[in-house]
Amino acid sequence: MLEIKDIKWSAPGGVNVLKGLSLEVPENKLVVITGPNGGGKTTLAKVIAGLETPDSGSIFLGGEDITKLDVTERAKRGISFAFQQPVRFKGITVRQLIELASGGTLKEDGLCAILSRVGLCAREYIDREVDSTLSGGEIKRIEIASVLARHTKLTIFDEPEAGIDLWSFTSLIDVFESMRSSLKGTLVIISHQERILKIADEIVVIADGKLKDKGSADEILPKLLGSSADCTTCAKKEVYLK
Amino acid sequence: MNSITEKLLGMISNWNGKYEGAYNIRENGGCAGRQSTEHIKIENKEGAPGLEIRILPGTRGESVSIPACITHGDVDDLVYNDFYIGEDADVLIMAGCGVHTETGEAARHSGIHRFYLGKNSHVIYVEKHVGTGKGSGLRTIDPVTEVYLDEGAVLEMDTAQIGGVDKSTRNTRAELSSNAKLLIRERILTEYDQWARTDFEVTMNGEGAGTDLISRAVARGNSHQEYTSKMIGNGPCSGHSECDAIIADHGTVTAAPALTANHGDAALIHEAAIGKIAGEQILKLRTLGLTEKEAEAKIVEGFLG
Ligand SMILES: Nc1ncnc2c1ncn2[C@@H]1O[C@H](COP(=O)(O)OP(=O)(O)OP(=O)(O)O)[C@@H](O)[C@H]1O
Ligand SMILES: [Mg+2]
Repeated sequence: MLEIKDIKWSAPGGVNVLKGLSLEVPENKLVVITGPNGGGKTTLAKVIAGLETPDSGSIFLGGEDITKLDVTERAKRGISFAFQQPVRFKGITVRQLIELASGGTLKEDGLCAILSRVGLCAREYIDREVDSTLSGGEIKRIEIASVLARHTKLTIFDEPEAGIDLWSFTSLIDVFESMRSSLKGTLVIISHQERILKIADEIVVIADGKLKDKGSADEILPKLLGSSADCTTCAKKEVYLK
Repeated sequence: MNSITEKLLGMISNWNGKYEGAYNIRENGGCAGRQSTEHIKIENKEGAPGLEIRILPGTRGESVSIPACITHGDVDDLVYNDFYIGEDADVLIMAGCGVHTETGEAARHSGIHRFYLGKNSHVIYVEKHVGTGKGSGLRTIDPVTEVYLDEGAVLEMDTAQIGGVDKSTRNTRAELSSNAKLLIRERILTEYDQWARTDFEVTMNGEGAGTDLISRAVARGNSHQEYTSKMIGNGPCSGHSECDAIIADHGTVTAAPALTANHGDAALIHEAAIGKIAGEQILKLRTLGLTEKEAEAKIVEGFLG
Protein backbone atom coordinates (compact mmCIF):
# COMPACT_ATOMS: atom_id res chain seq x y z
CA MET A 1 0.00 0.00 0.00
CA LEU A 2 2.93 2.31 0.73
CA GLU A 3 5.99 2.13 -1.44
CA ILE A 4 9.12 4.16 -0.88
CA LYS A 5 11.67 4.17 -3.67
CA ASP A 6 15.27 5.22 -3.24
CA ILE A 7 14.61 8.25 -1.03
CA LYS A 8 17.48 10.65 -0.45
CA TRP A 9 17.25 13.61 1.89
CA SER A 10 19.91 15.95 3.16
CA ALA A 11 19.63 18.41 6.03
CA PRO A 12 19.68 22.16 5.29
CA GLY A 13 23.36 22.18 6.27
CA GLY A 14 24.09 19.61 3.56
CA VAL A 15 24.55 16.49 5.69
CA ASN A 16 23.12 13.39 4.02
CA VAL A 17 20.54 11.90 6.35
CA LEU A 18 18.55 9.49 4.17
CA LYS A 19 20.93 7.78 1.79
CA GLY A 20 18.77 5.97 -0.74
CA LEU A 21 16.09 4.27 1.29
CA SER A 22 13.56 1.89 -0.24
CA LEU A 23 10.76 0.18 1.63
CA GLU A 24 7.43 -1.48 0.97
CA VAL A 25 4.73 -1.46 3.61
CA PRO A 26 2.01 -4.04 2.92
CA GLU A 27 -1.70 -3.33 3.41
CA ASN A 28 -3.35 -3.92 6.79
CA LYS A 29 -0.11 -4.77 8.50
CA LEU A 30 1.59 -3.43 11.56
CA VAL A 31 5.13 -2.45 10.69
CA VAL A 32 7.53 -1.30 13.39
CA ILE A 33 10.53 0.78 12.41
CA THR A 34 13.43 0.75 14.83
CA GLY A 35 17.13 1.51 14.89
CA PRO A 36 19.72 3.69 16.59
CA ASN A 37 19.07 7.33 17.56
CA GLY A 38 19.74 9.66 14.69
CA GLY A 39 19.37 6.85 12.15
CA GLY A 40 16.73 8.70 10.12
CA LYS A 41 13.43 7.20 11.30
CA THR A 42 11.68 10.48 12.08
CA THR A 43 13.04 12.01 8.90
CA LEU A 44 11.59 9.12 6.89
CA ALA A 45 8.20 9.55 8.60
CA LYS A 46 8.28 13.28 7.78
CA VAL A 47 9.11 12.54 4.17
CA ILE A 48 6.16 10.14 3.99
CA ALA A 49 3.75 12.65 5.53
CA GLY A 50 5.09 15.44 3.31
CA LEU A 51 6.68 17.54 6.06
CA GLU A 52 10.04 17.20 4.35
CA THR A 53 10.67 17.06 0.62
CA PRO A 54 13.16 14.43 -0.54
CA ASP A 55 16.06 15.41 -2.80
CA SER A 56 15.27 12.41 -4.96
CA GLY A 57 13.25 9.23 -4.96
CA SER A 58 9.50 8.66 -4.97
CA ILE A 59 6.62 7.65 -2.75
CA PHE A 60 3.51 5.72 -3.79
CA LEU A 61 0.34 5.37 -1.75
CA GLY A 62 -2.08 2.72 -2.99
CA GLY A 63 -0.40 2.87 -6.39
CA GLU A 64 -0.61 6.65 -6.71
CA ASP A 65 2.59 8.68 -6.92
CA ILE A 66 2.26 11.16 -4.04
CA THR A 67 5.84 12.48 -4.13
CA LYS A 68 4.72 15.90 -5.36
CA LEU A 69 1.67 16.24 -3.11
CA ASP A 70 1.84 18.61 -0.15
CA VAL A 71 1.08 17.82 3.50
CA THR A 72 -2.61 18.71 3.26
CA GLU A 73 -3.16 16.67 0.11
CA ARG A 74 -1.45 13.65 1.63
CA ALA A 75 -3.52 13.99 4.79
CA LYS A 76 -6.64 14.02 2.63
CA ARG A 77 -5.41 10.91 0.78
CA GLY A 78 -5.36 9.09 4.11
CA ILE A 79 -2.02 9.60 5.80
CA SER A 80 -1.91 10.41 9.51
CA PHE A 81 1.23 11.20 11.46
CA ALA A 82 1.59 11.42 15.23
CA PHE A 83 4.59 13.60 16.02
CA GLN A 84 7.46 12.41 18.19
CA GLN A 85 7.44 15.88 19.74
CA PRO A 86 3.83 17.08 19.85
CA VAL A 87 3.12 20.70 18.99
CA ARG A 88 1.53 22.96 21.58
CA PHE A 89 -1.05 25.67 20.81
CA LYS A 90 -2.04 28.61 22.96
CA GLY A 91 -5.80 28.89 22.87
CA ILE A 92 -6.74 25.68 21.07
CA THR A 93 -8.56 23.26 23.34
CA VAL A 94 -8.32 19.48 23.34
CA ARG A 95 -11.89 19.36 22.08
CA GLN A 96 -11.11 21.70 19.18
CA LEU A 97 -8.02 19.74 18.19
CA ILE A 98 -9.81 16.38 18.24
CA GLU A 99 -12.71 17.88 16.29
CA LEU A 100 -10.37 19.32 13.68
CA ALA A 101 -8.82 15.87 13.38
CA SER A 102 -12.11 14.03 13.08
CA GLY A 103 -13.41 16.59 10.59
CA GLY A 104 -16.53 17.72 12.43
CA THR A 105 -18.11 18.47 15.78
CA LEU A 106 -18.27 15.62 18.28
CA LYS A 107 -20.61 14.95 21.16
CA GLU A 108 -19.13 14.32 24.55
CA ASP A 109 -19.46 10.53 24.27
CA GLY A 110 -17.62 10.65 20.94
CA LEU A 111 -14.77 12.58 22.53
CA CYS A 112 -14.88 10.22 25.47
CA ALA A 113 -14.52 7.21 23.18
CA ILE A 114 -11.42 8.67 21.56
CA LEU A 115 -9.72 10.04 24.67
CA SER A 116 -10.38 6.95 26.78
CA ARG A 117 -8.36 4.94 24.26
CA VAL A 118 -5.32 6.92 25.33
CA GLY A 119 -6.30 6.71 28.98
CA LEU A 120 -7.62 10.24 29.42
CA CYS A 121 -10.94 11.18 30.94
CA ALA A 122 -12.72 13.42 28.45
CA ARG A 123 -14.49 15.47 31.09
CA GLU A 124 -11.19 16.51 32.66
CA TYR A 125 -9.45 17.35 29.43
CA ILE A 126 -11.75 18.56 26.65
CA ASP A 127 -11.70 22.19 27.78
CA ARG A 128 -7.99 22.27 28.56
CA GLU A 129 -5.81 24.17 26.12
CA VAL A 130 -3.22 22.18 24.21
CA ASP A 131 -0.52 24.44 25.64
CA SER A 132 2.47 24.21 27.92
CA THR A 133 0.33 23.51 30.97
CA LEU A 134 -0.16 19.91 29.79
CA SER A 135 2.44 17.47 31.05
CA GLY A 136 4.71 15.62 28.64
CA GLY A 137 2.71 12.41 28.94
CA GLU A 138 -0.61 14.21 28.61
CA ILE A 139 0.32 16.05 25.43
CA LYS A 140 1.71 12.84 23.95
CA ARG A 141 -1.58 11.06 24.60
CA ILE A 142 -3.54 13.92 23.05
CA GLU A 143 -1.26 13.79 20.02
CA ILE A 144 -2.01 10.08 19.65
CA ALA A 145 -5.74 10.74 20.16
CA SER A 146 -5.71 13.39 17.41
CA VAL A 147 -4.44 10.76 15.02
CA LEU A 148 -6.80 8.01 16.22
CA ALA A 149 -9.70 10.40 15.59
CA ARG A 150 -8.91 10.45 11.87
CA HIS A 151 -9.35 6.73 11.03
CA THR A 152 -7.14 6.91 7.97
CA LYS A 153 -5.74 4.07 5.90
CA LEU A 154 -2.14 4.78 6.87
CA THR A 155 -1.19 5.89 10.34
CA ILE A 156 2.36 6.61 11.43
CA PHE A 157 3.23 6.91 15.12
CA ASP A 158 6.63 8.31 16.02
CA GLU A 159 7.72 6.83 19.35
CA PRO A 160 4.22 6.77 20.83
CA GLU A 161 5.52 5.19 24.04
CA ALA A 162 7.83 8.09 24.88
CA GLY A 163 6.73 9.72 28.12
CA ILE A 164 3.80 7.37 28.64
CA ASP A 165 3.80 5.73 32.06
CA LEU A 166 4.11 1.96 32.41
CA TRP A 167 0.54 1.41 33.45
CA SER A 168 -0.86 3.19 30.39
CA PHE A 169 1.72 1.60 28.15
CA THR A 170 -0.09 -1.73 28.35
CA SER A 171 -3.37 -0.16 27.24
CA LEU A 172 -1.54 1.68 24.47
CA ILE A 173 -0.36 -1.66 23.12
CA ASP A 174 -3.96 -2.86 23.30
CA VAL A 175 -4.92 0.16 21.19
CA PHE A 176 -2.43 -0.79 18.50
CA GLU A 177 -3.48 -4.44 18.55
CA SER A 178 -7.15 -3.54 18.29
CA MET A 179 -6.41 -1.09 15.48
CA ARG A 180 -4.71 -3.86 13.63
CA SER A 181 -7.41 -6.46 14.17
CA SER A 182 -10.60 -4.42 13.98
CA LEU A 183 -9.87 -1.59 11.64
CA LYS A 184 -8.79 -1.65 8.07
CA GLY A 185 -5.58 0.21 7.80
CA THR A 186 -1.86 0.05 7.90
CA LEU A 187 0.07 1.02 10.98
CA VAL A 188 3.65 2.17 10.99
CA ILE A 189 5.09 2.61 14.47
CA ILE A 190 8.54 3.99 15.11
CA SER A 191 9.67 2.53 18.40
CA HIS A 192 12.52 1.31 20.55
CA GLN A 193 10.24 -0.72 22.83
CA GLU A 194 10.55 -4.47 22.88
CA ARG A 195 6.88 -4.90 23.69
CA ILE A 196 5.89 -2.92 20.61
CA LEU A 197 8.45 -4.74 18.46
CA LYS A 198 6.90 -8.02 19.61
CA ILE A 199 3.47 -7.26 18.19
CA ALA A 200 4.85 -6.25 14.78
CA ASP A 201 3.94 -8.17 11.65
CA GLU A 202 7.18 -6.88 10.30
CA ILE A 203 10.19 -5.11 11.78
CA VAL A 204 12.27 -2.67 9.76
CA VAL A 205 15.67 -1.60 11.02
CA ILE A 206 16.96 1.77 9.83
CA ALA A 207 20.49 2.88 10.64
CA ASP A 208 22.67 5.57 9.15
CA GLY A 209 19.97 6.60 6.69
CA LYS A 210 19.68 3.17 5.14
CA LEU A 211 17.52 0.09 5.45
CA LYS A 212 19.64 -2.25 7.49
CA ASP A 213 17.36 -5.21 8.05
CA LYS A 214 13.79 -6.28 7.60
CA GLY A 215 11.70 -9.33 8.48
CA SER A 216 9.20 -10.88 10.88
CA ALA A 217 9.41 -10.15 14.58
CA ASP A 218 10.59 -13.70 15.26
CA GLU A 219 13.38 -13.25 12.81
CA ILE A 220 14.62 -9.73 13.67
CA LEU A 221 14.02 -9.42 17.40
CA PRO A 222 16.67 -11.94 18.53
CA LYS A 223 19.27 -10.22 16.36
CA LEU A 224 18.46 -6.80 17.83
CA LEU A 225 18.49 -7.96 21.42
CA GLY A 226 21.65 -9.97 20.93
CA SER A 227 23.77 -7.45 19.07
CA SER A 228 23.04 -4.29 21.05
CA ALA A 229 23.30 -2.26 17.87
CA ASP A 230 23.18 1.15 19.56
CA CYS A 231 26.31 0.59 21.57
CA THR A 232 28.52 -0.52 18.72
CA THR A 233 27.44 2.51 16.72
CA CYS A 234 28.28 4.70 19.67
CA ALA A 235 31.65 3.14 20.20
CA LYS A 236 32.54 3.43 16.53
CA LYS A 237 31.61 7.11 16.50
CA GLU A 238 33.80 7.76 19.50
CA VAL A 239 36.77 5.99 18.02
CA TYR A 240 36.25 7.83 14.79
CA LEU A 241 36.23 11.19 16.59
CA LYS A 242 39.48 10.45 18.34
CA MET B 1 -32.86 53.78 18.73
CA ASN B 2 -31.78 53.23 15.12
CA SER B 3 -31.16 49.90 13.42
CA ILE B 4 -27.37 50.33 13.30
CA THR B 5 -27.32 50.76 17.06
CA GLU B 6 -29.34 47.56 17.44
CA LYS B 7 -26.87 45.71 15.25
CA LEU B 8 -23.88 47.09 17.14
CA LEU B 9 -25.45 46.21 20.49
CA GLY B 10 -25.69 42.60 19.35
CA MET B 11 -22.00 42.62 18.50
CA ILE B 12 -20.68 44.26 21.65
CA SER B 13 -22.98 43.03 24.41
CA ASN B 14 -25.58 40.51 25.50
CA TRP B 15 -28.38 42.43 23.76
CA ASN B 16 -31.24 40.20 22.64
CA GLY B 17 -33.81 42.90 21.91
CA LYS B 18 -33.59 43.97 25.54
CA TYR B 19 -31.27 43.88 28.53
CA GLU B 20 -31.72 41.99 31.73
CA GLY B 21 -30.90 44.16 34.72
CA ALA B 22 -29.74 47.76 34.77
CA TYR B 23 -28.64 49.50 31.58
CA ASN B 24 -27.96 52.72 29.76
CA ILE B 25 -27.66 52.87 26.00
CA ARG B 26 -25.63 55.77 24.65
CA GLU B 27 -26.30 56.57 20.98
CA ASN B 28 -24.32 59.31 19.21
CA GLY B 29 -23.81 61.11 22.51
CA GLY B 30 -27.46 60.92 23.57
CA CYS B 31 -29.39 58.49 25.74
CA ALA B 32 -31.45 55.84 23.92
CA GLY B 33 -32.70 54.02 26.99
CA ARG B 34 -31.97 53.62 30.65
CA GLN B 35 -33.05 51.49 33.54
CA SER B 36 -31.96 51.44 37.15
CA THR B 37 -32.83 48.63 39.53
CA GLU B 38 -33.41 48.42 43.24
CA HIS B 39 -29.69 47.87 43.86
CA ILE B 40 -28.10 49.57 40.87
CA LYS B 41 -28.70 53.28 40.33
CA ILE B 42 -27.73 54.99 37.10
CA GLU B 43 -27.78 58.79 37.04
CA ASN B 44 -26.39 61.60 34.91
CA LYS B 45 -23.07 62.93 36.03
CA GLU B 46 -22.95 66.53 37.08
CA GLY B 47 -20.71 68.93 35.22
CA ALA B 48 -19.56 66.48 32.53
CA PRO B 49 -21.14 64.15 30.00
CA GLY B 50 -21.55 60.67 31.39
CA LEU B 51 -23.00 58.57 34.15
CA GLU B 52 -22.65 57.80 37.81
CA ILE B 53 -23.44 54.22 38.53
CA ARG B 54 -23.87 53.18 42.12
CA ILE B 55 -24.05 49.56 43.06
CA LEU B 56 -25.28 49.09 46.61
CA PRO B 57 -23.23 47.06 49.09
CA GLY B 58 -24.05 43.38 49.06
CA THR B 59 -25.66 43.41 45.59
CA ARG B 60 -25.16 39.95 44.14
CA GLY B 61 -25.71 38.26 40.80
CA GLU B 62 -26.90 41.42 39.00
CA SER B 63 -25.58 43.06 35.86
CA VAL B 64 -25.22 46.53 34.34
CA SER B 65 -24.81 47.20 30.64
CA ILE B 66 -23.67 50.61 29.44
CA PRO B 67 -22.95 50.24 25.72
CA ALA B 68 -22.05 53.24 23.57
CA CYS B 69 -22.69 53.40 19.84
CA ILE B 70 -21.72 55.84 17.14
CA THR B 71 -23.79 55.22 14.04
CA HIS B 72 -22.53 57.80 11.56
CA GLY B 73 -19.54 59.95 10.67
CA ASP B 74 -18.66 63.42 11.93
CA VAL B 75 -19.16 62.47 15.57
CA ASP B 76 -16.58 62.86 18.31
CA ASP B 77 -18.11 61.53 21.49
CA LEU B 78 -16.48 61.88 24.89
CA VAL B 79 -18.00 60.36 28.01
CA TYR B 80 -17.05 59.94 31.67
CA ASN B 81 -18.63 57.03 33.49
CA ASP B 82 -17.95 56.41 37.15
CA PHE B 83 -18.79 53.18 38.92
CA TYR B 84 -19.07 52.96 42.68
CA ILE B 85 -19.28 49.37 43.80
CA GLY B 86 -20.32 48.78 47.37
CA GLU B 87 -18.68 46.38 49.80
CA ASP B 88 -19.25 42.68 49.19
CA ALA B 89 -21.12 43.29 45.95
CA ASP B 90 -20.65 40.74 43.19
CA VAL B 91 -21.75 41.98 39.76
CA LEU B 92 -21.20 41.84 36.01
CA ILE B 93 -20.55 45.08 34.13
CA MET B 94 -20.65 45.27 30.35
CA ALA B 95 -19.40 48.34 28.53
CA GLY B 96 -18.96 47.77 24.83
CA CYS B 97 -18.44 50.34 22.16
CA GLY B 98 -19.41 50.19 18.49
CA VAL B 99 -18.40 52.79 15.95
CA HIS B 100 -20.02 52.89 12.52
CA THR B 101 -19.38 55.26 9.65
CA GLU B 102 -19.83 54.97 5.91
CA THR B 103 -19.82 58.53 4.65
CA GLY B 104 -16.06 58.93 4.62
CA GLU B 105 -16.24 61.10 7.71
CA ALA B 106 -14.51 60.17 10.93
CA ALA B 107 -16.27 58.73 13.97
CA ARG B 108 -14.70 58.62 17.39
CA HIS B 109 -15.65 57.49 20.84
CA SER B 110 -13.63 58.05 23.99
CA GLY B 111 -14.98 56.43 27.09
CA ILE B 112 -13.33 57.27 30.38
CA HIS B 113 -14.38 54.68 32.90
CA ARG B 114 -13.53 54.85 36.56
CA PHE B 115 -14.18 51.97 38.90
CA TYR B 116 -14.15 52.34 42.67
CA LEU B 117 -14.46 48.87 44.17
CA GLY B 118 -15.39 48.64 47.85
CA LYS B 119 -13.93 46.12 50.26
CA ASN B 120 -14.26 42.48 49.19
CA SER B 121 -16.39 43.31 46.19
CA HIS B 122 -16.07 41.32 42.97
CA VAL B 123 -16.66 42.65 39.48
CA ILE B 124 -16.46 40.99 36.13
CA TYR B 125 -15.99 43.74 33.58
CA VAL B 126 -16.46 42.88 29.92
CA GLU B 127 -15.59 45.37 27.20
CA LYS B 128 -15.87 44.72 23.47
CA HIS B 129 -14.95 47.21 20.80
CA VAL B 130 -15.97 47.02 17.16
CA GLY B 131 -15.84 49.22 14.11
CA THR B 132 -18.18 48.70 11.15
CA GLY B 133 -19.28 50.31 7.88
CA LYS B 134 -17.64 51.10 4.56
CA GLY B 135 -15.68 54.12 3.40
CA SER B 136 -12.47 55.73 4.44
CA GLY B 137 -13.81 57.59 7.50
CA LEU B 138 -11.56 56.75 10.44
CA ARG B 139 -13.15 54.70 13.20
CA THR B 140 -11.44 55.59 16.44
CA ILE B 141 -12.00 54.21 19.93
CA ASP B 142 -9.90 55.57 22.78
CA PRO B 143 -10.88 53.98 26.07
CA VAL B 144 -9.44 55.00 29.41
CA THR B 145 -10.00 52.69 32.35
CA GLU B 146 -9.10 53.65 35.90
CA VAL B 147 -9.47 51.11 38.64
CA TYR B 148 -9.25 51.60 42.40
CA LEU B 149 -9.45 48.39 44.38
CA ASP B 150 -10.05 48.55 48.09
CA GLU B 151 -8.97 45.74 50.43
CA GLY B 152 -9.85 42.30 49.15
CA ALA B 153 -11.64 43.60 46.05
CA VAL B 154 -11.35 41.64 42.82
CA LEU B 155 -11.76 42.95 39.28
CA GLU B 156 -11.70 40.62 36.31
CA MET B 157 -11.49 42.62 33.12
CA ASP B 158 -12.00 41.02 29.75
CA THR B 159 -11.41 43.38 26.88
CA ALA B 160 -11.40 42.67 23.18
CA GLN B 161 -11.05 44.58 19.95
CA ILE B 162 -11.17 42.16 17.06
CA GLY B 163 -10.71 44.23 13.90
CA GLY B 164 -12.67 47.06 12.37
CA VAL B 165 -11.19 49.88 14.46
CA ASP B 166 -8.74 52.06 12.54
CA LYS B 167 -7.11 53.82 15.42
CA SER B 168 -7.15 53.07 19.10
CA THR B 169 -5.31 54.30 22.17
CA ARG B 170 -6.15 52.24 25.19
CA ASN B 171 -5.14 53.33 28.62
CA THR B 172 -5.64 51.24 31.72
CA ARG B 173 -4.50 52.25 35.19
CA ALA B 174 -5.08 50.47 38.46
CA GLU B 175 -4.25 50.86 42.13
CA LEU B 176 -4.55 47.93 44.45
CA SER B 177 -4.88 47.88 48.23
CA SER B 178 -4.00 44.87 50.33
CA ASN B 179 -5.31 41.51 49.16
CA ALA B 180 -6.93 43.08 46.12
CA LYS B 181 -6.71 41.14 42.86
CA LEU B 182 -6.70 42.40 39.31
CA LEU B 183 -7.05 40.02 36.38
CA ILE B 184 -6.93 41.45 32.88
CA ARG B 185 -7.37 39.57 29.63
CA GLU B 186 -6.91 41.65 26.52
CA ARG B 187 -7.31 40.58 22.88
CA ILE B 188 -6.52 42.85 19.96
CA LEU B 189 -6.58 42.13 16.24
CA THR B 190 -5.45 44.77 13.79
CA GLU B 191 -5.36 44.48 10.02
CA TYR B 192 -5.13 46.71 6.90
CA ASP B 193 -3.64 50.05 8.02
CA GLN B 194 -5.01 49.93 11.55
CA TRP B 195 -3.08 51.16 14.52
CA ALA B 196 -3.54 50.31 18.17
CA ARG B 197 -1.68 51.25 21.27
CA THR B 198 -2.33 49.81 24.70
CA ASP B 199 -0.82 51.05 27.97
CA PHE B 200 -1.18 49.44 31.35
CA GLU B 201 -0.02 50.83 34.64
CA VAL B 202 -0.71 48.80 37.74
CA THR B 203 0.42 49.86 41.19
CA MET B 204 0.15 47.35 44.00
CA ASN B 205 0.25 49.12 47.33
CA GLY B 206 -1.01 46.65 49.88
CA GLU B 207 0.24 43.36 51.24
CA GLY B 208 -1.08 40.36 49.35
CA ALA B 209 -2.15 42.32 46.27
CA GLY B 210 -1.97 40.35 43.04
CA THR B 211 -2.16 41.08 39.34
CA ASP B 212 -2.36 38.85 36.31
CA LEU B 213 -2.27 40.68 33.02
CA ILE B 214 -2.55 38.67 29.82
CA SER B 215 -2.49 40.42 26.49
CA ARG B 216 -2.70 38.69 23.13
CA ALA B 217 -2.30 40.53 19.89
CA VAL B 218 -2.44 39.73 16.22
CA ALA B 219 -1.15 42.32 13.75
CA ARG B 220 -1.56 41.57 10.07
CA GLY B 221 -1.81 43.51 6.81
CA ASN B 222 0.11 46.75 7.29
CA SER B 223 -1.14 47.27 10.81
CA HIS B 224 0.87 48.29 13.83
CA GLN B 225 0.47 47.71 17.55
CA GLU B 226 2.27 49.05 20.57
CA TYR B 227 2.14 47.57 24.00
CA THR B 228 3.53 48.97 27.21
CA SER B 229 2.94 47.75 30.70
CA LYS B 230 4.24 49.08 33.97
CA MET B 231 3.82 47.03 37.05
CA ILE B 232 4.86 48.53 40.34
CA GLY B 233 5.03 46.60 43.58
CA ASN B 234 5.14 48.80 46.67
CA GLY B 235 4.50 46.01 49.15
CA PRO B 236 4.61 42.22 49.49
CA CYS B 237 2.65 41.42 46.34
CA SER B 238 2.77 39.29 43.23
CA GLY B 239 2.40 40.39 39.66
CA HIS B 240 2.52 38.52 36.38
CA SER B 241 2.13 39.96 32.95
CA GLU B 242 2.31 38.25 29.61
CA CYS B 243 2.25 39.77 26.19
CA ASP B 244 2.06 37.45 23.21
CA ALA B 245 1.87 38.80 19.71
CA ILE B 246 1.50 37.11 16.36
CA ILE B 247 2.63 39.09 13.35
CA ALA B 248 1.68 38.27 9.79
CA ASP B 249 2.07 39.92 6.37
CA HIS B 250 3.66 43.33 7.06
CA GLY B 251 2.22 43.74 10.53
CA THR B 252 4.52 45.18 13.21
CA VAL B 253 4.44 45.11 16.99
CA THR B 254 6.41 46.85 19.71
CA ALA B 255 6.23 45.54 23.26
CA ALA B 256 7.80 47.34 26.18
CA PRO B 257 7.07 45.84 29.54
CA ALA B 258 8.49 47.35 32.71
CA LEU B 259 8.60 46.06 36.26
CA THR B 260 9.40 48.01 39.38
CA ALA B 261 9.78 46.36 42.78
CA ASN B 262 9.91 48.86 45.63
CA HIS B 263 9.65 46.22 48.32
CA GLY B 264 11.76 43.18 49.11
CA ASP B 265 8.78 40.85 48.93
CA ALA B 266 7.37 42.08 45.67
CA ALA B 267 7.51 39.26 43.11
CA LEU B 268 7.01 40.44 39.55
CA ILE B 269 7.27 38.46 36.35
CA HIS B 270 6.89 39.46 32.75
CA GLU B 271 6.82 37.25 29.68
CA ALA B 272 6.75 38.63 26.16
CA ALA B 273 6.92 36.95 22.79
CA ILE B 274 6.45 38.31 19.28
CA GLY B 275 6.69 36.27 16.14
CA LYS B 276 5.03 34.61 13.21
CA ILE B 277 2.79 31.62 13.78
CA ALA B 278 5.16 28.74 14.49
CA GLY B 279 5.67 26.72 11.32
CA GLU B 280 5.21 23.45 13.16
CA GLN B 281 1.77 24.54 14.39
CA ILE B 282 0.66 25.05 10.80
CA LEU B 283 2.22 21.73 9.79
CA LYS B 284 0.47 19.83 12.57
CA LEU B 285 -2.93 21.15 11.51
CA ARG B 286 -2.13 20.42 7.88
CA THR B 287 -1.42 16.78 8.78
CA LEU B 288 -5.01 16.75 10.02
CA GLY B 289 -6.18 17.78 6.55
CA LEU B 290 -6.42 21.58 6.87
CA THR B 291 -5.00 23.83 4.19
CA GLU B 292 -2.34 26.34 5.17
CA LYS B 293 -4.91 29.18 5.17
CA GLU B 294 -7.39 27.17 7.25
CA ALA B 295 -4.65 26.25 9.70
CA GLU B 296 -3.58 29.88 10.13
CA ALA B 297 -7.17 30.98 10.65
CA LYS B 298 -7.74 28.31 13.31
CA ILE B 299 -4.56 29.21 15.14
CA VAL B 300 -5.41 32.93 15.20
CA GLU B 301 -9.01 32.21 16.18
CA GLY B 302 -7.88 30.05 19.10
CA PHE B 303 -5.21 32.52 20.13
CA LEU B 304 -7.69 35.39 20.32
CA GLY B 305 -10.59 33.22 21.52
N1 LIG C 1 16.66 19.87 9.97
C1 LIG C 1 17.78 19.21 10.29
N2 LIG C 1 18.97 19.84 10.34
C2 LIG C 1 20.09 19.19 10.65
N3 LIG C 1 20.14 17.89 10.94
C3 LIG C 1 19.00 17.20 10.92
C4 LIG C 1 17.75 17.81 10.60
N4 LIG C 1 16.77 16.90 10.68
C5 LIG C 1 17.38 15.76 11.03
N5 LIG C 1 18.70 15.93 11.16
C6 LIG C 1 19.69 14.89 11.52
O1 LIG C 1 19.36 13.73 10.81
C7 LIG C 1 19.61 12.59 11.59
C8 LIG C 1 18.39 11.73 11.65
O2 LIG C 1 17.42 12.35 12.46
P1 LIG C 1 16.06 11.63 12.83
O3 LIG C 1 15.30 12.57 13.68
O4 LIG C 1 15.40 11.18 11.59
O5 LIG C 1 16.56 10.39 13.67
P2 LIG C 1 15.72 9.25 14.38
O6 LIG C 1 16.09 7.96 13.75
O7 LIG C 1 14.30 9.58 14.40
O8 LIG C 1 16.32 9.29 15.85
P3 LIG C 1 15.65 9.06 17.30
O9 LIG C 1 15.60 7.60 17.54
O10 LIG C 1 16.61 9.74 18.22
O11 LIG C 1 14.31 9.72 17.29
C9 LIG C 1 20.08 13.09 12.94
O12 LIG C 1 21.49 13.03 12.97
C10 LIG C 1 19.61 14.52 12.98
O13 LIG C 1 20.45 15.30 13.77
MG1 LIG D 1 12.97 10.17 15.88
